Amino acid sequence: MNRKGKLFRALGVASVAGASMLLMVTQSGASSSGTLAKGAPVTIGISLSLSGDFSADGQAYQQGYELWADSVNASGGLLGHKVVLDIVSDASSPTQVVTNYQDLISVKHVNLTFGPFSTLLTLPAAQAVNRYGYAMLEGAGGGPSVFQAGLKNVFDVTLPVSYDLAPFAKWLTTLPASTRPKTIAYVTSNDPFTQPVVQVAQKLIGKSGIKTVYNKVFPAEATDYTAIADAVAATKPQVVVLGSVDVPTVSAFMQAFEQAHFTPKVFVATAGPDQGQAFISAVGAGNASGMMVPNSWYGSSPIASSKAMVAAYIKKDGGTKVCTNPCTPASVNADIAEAYSVGEVMAQAVKATGGFNNAAIIKYLHSGVTLTSVQGSVKFNALGENLAQTAYTFQWQGAKFVEVNPTTDKGAVPVLFPKPAWAS
Amino acid sequence: MNSTALIHALIDGVLTGSVYALMATGLTLIFGVMDIINVAQGILVILGAYLSYALSVHFGIDLFAGLLITIPTLFVVGVVVERVFITRLKGPERTAMSILVTYALSLVIEGALNMIFSVNDVQLQAWYVDRSFLLFGVYFPYIYVFGFILAAGLLAALYVMLYRTRFGASIRASLADQTAAALVGIDVKRVATLCFGIGVAVTAAGGMVYGATNTFNASTSYDLITRLLTIIVLGGMGSLGGALLAGILMVTLEDVVAVMWSPVWSTMSFFIVLVIVLSLRPQGIFGKQTARVA
Repeated sequence: MNRKGKLFRALGVASVAGASMLLMVTQSGASSSGTLAKGAPVTIGISLSLSGDFSADGQAYQQGYELWADSVNASGGLLGHKVVLDIVSDASSPTQVVTNYQDLISVKHVNLTFGPFSTLLTLPAAQAVNRYGYAMLEGAGGGPSVFQAGLKNVFDVTLPVSYDLAPFAKWLTTLPASTRPKTIAYVTSNDPFTQPVVQVAQKLIGKSGIKTVYNKVFPAEATDYTAIADAVAATKPQVVVLGSVDVPTVSAFMQAFEQAHFTPKVFVATAGPDQGQAFISAVGAGNASGMMVPNSWYGSSPIASSKAMVAAYIKKDGGTKVCTNPCTPASVNADIAEAYSVGEVMAQAVKATGGFNNAAIIKYLHSGVTLTSVQGSVKFNALGENLAQTAYTFQWQGAKFVEVNPTTDKGAVPVLFPKPAWAS
Repeated sequence: MNSTALIHALIDGVLTGSVYALMATGLTLIFGVMDIINVAQGILVILGAYLSYALSVHFGIDLFAGLLITIPTLFVVGVVVERVFITRLKGPERTAMSILVTYALSLVIEGALNMIFSVNDVQLQAWYVDRSFLLFGVYFPYIYVFGFILAAGLLAALYVMLYRTRFGASIRASLADQTAAALVGIDVKRVATLCFGIGVAVTAAGGMVYGATNTFNASTSYDLITRLLTIIVLGGMGSLGGALLAGILMVTLEDVVAVMWSPVWSTMSFFIVLVIVLSLRPQGIFGKQTARVA
């Protein structure tokens, strides 16, 4: 065969392959056309980190999604269709999460998709789902990288993380000069969730004259934090801002600080202390006191739907391994509320559009409509960010997990300042 | 960065590295005698940590005293695993197959631990876990010092067993040449079973110290096995001394780089050293160059 013949043959093969792929996408897209046979269940595909680094959060998300599905099915399902969750594990891997969503859409033909855990996994997941024209509602992909990707199908029901520490920064920098801390340390994992939070906090606090004595990034795959924590302790900062994604990181720093006989006056971590019972189990209730964390939800939230969700959670999981006695509102992991909110927002979009058509759902969510969730109001901007919620800072005060700022919020209590010494 | 931080990093590195060395010793012993790459070693360490956790929380048994129960328990686990799974692996693909078999085993154990203990992270608690003492101006955490003493004691015991006992001679003979060892009357299969048991038993001690110095759940095993395999590759697969040196070198180097330069480069620095060493000595620091006769 001459060169031209080979070229035509290659083009022919490529055309057939292309057409086949197009057909596959179109066929899989057909499942998102919005029509469901009477009595057929609506299937929602979800990839979660049920093992690996994010397994604790992944399983909390699973509880949240399942709690919402139980609730909606108890009240007749979505438009009369029973909700079935198809949850598969991605083992905390950004590559596996893509495979999972491709499989859920093109092979299993799920009707809708909900997001995975963490910014790290949400970005590749949303990109994969976008190729099939599916909407991706999520609650844990709040890092800027998700919104900067230019995707039109991703919607984060939780407040974007960048300004998570803004109320904390405001409180810290407006303390009277006589009591305001003089030195601060920033130490963060090189994770797309933590770094933006810490960088914004640094920018906001930097203008106040509080001197930065330590500012380092550590690799996300680090397992031994002792040397880094000792280096932080050696600079004796009065404030420590820790960019963490999980409980083990926070716990390791707390333990190393205690062993170095160092107690900062203020210790805030971007994630970890918000994980209720999981955090207390790891660090002990005594040591938790004074630890601060930003978030947009807490177990004692006065929102009526949140109270109902917390009561349902305690009824379902209270006394089990995931929420041992006493299982109180403070024990409820914020991940559960985030996942539950995803379901609530999707339910409102489905009801408003009258079906399960993903294109219609995406258009509706971009319409500027204000929706509700257990975390508060939800209104998406063009990037899919929900800017309708308020960032709060919470603090463990004894066994209670309380809101401490914005200080102007009526639910806020005074910050426990300075942080009490380590308990043991 | 001041000299105090450097001294801290060196101390942290040596104390923590010795515990990693202890965990890796089991792995290298098993490979050395049996040509088995036990990728379940990470989850067995976590199993050891959970056993200590259960004894401490439910029966109030001190973490170190609990080792009198957990070490024999994991020895039995190791013997059973070897008899049920490992001994069936035969032929030239035995080493490769061992990776698959032990990986499958690790998934089963991980699933079981998640079901029993949930995925919530836990940490072992005792009076010495969070406390430290001041010596020459440096705080020494009790748990790291106790862990170092335990690791040193167990490594010394392993050394004595290997070089001062008849059973140790059998192991060394099997390490050198299994066929020749069998020809001189050594029951190589029995040696292999006991070695596997010992290799798993040391994870009880390593797991207890790891669980007292880190928050963990079953998934933590993935990070652990990566580190343990790296240690034995650097030290030389099958070499106990190599595991000890590489364990301490790995953690010390990471800690020093973290405080003197930047934590971002800490992990990478070790792998740079690993690449350099393997370029010059592909068999690792103390590994033997000649292939062993099966």
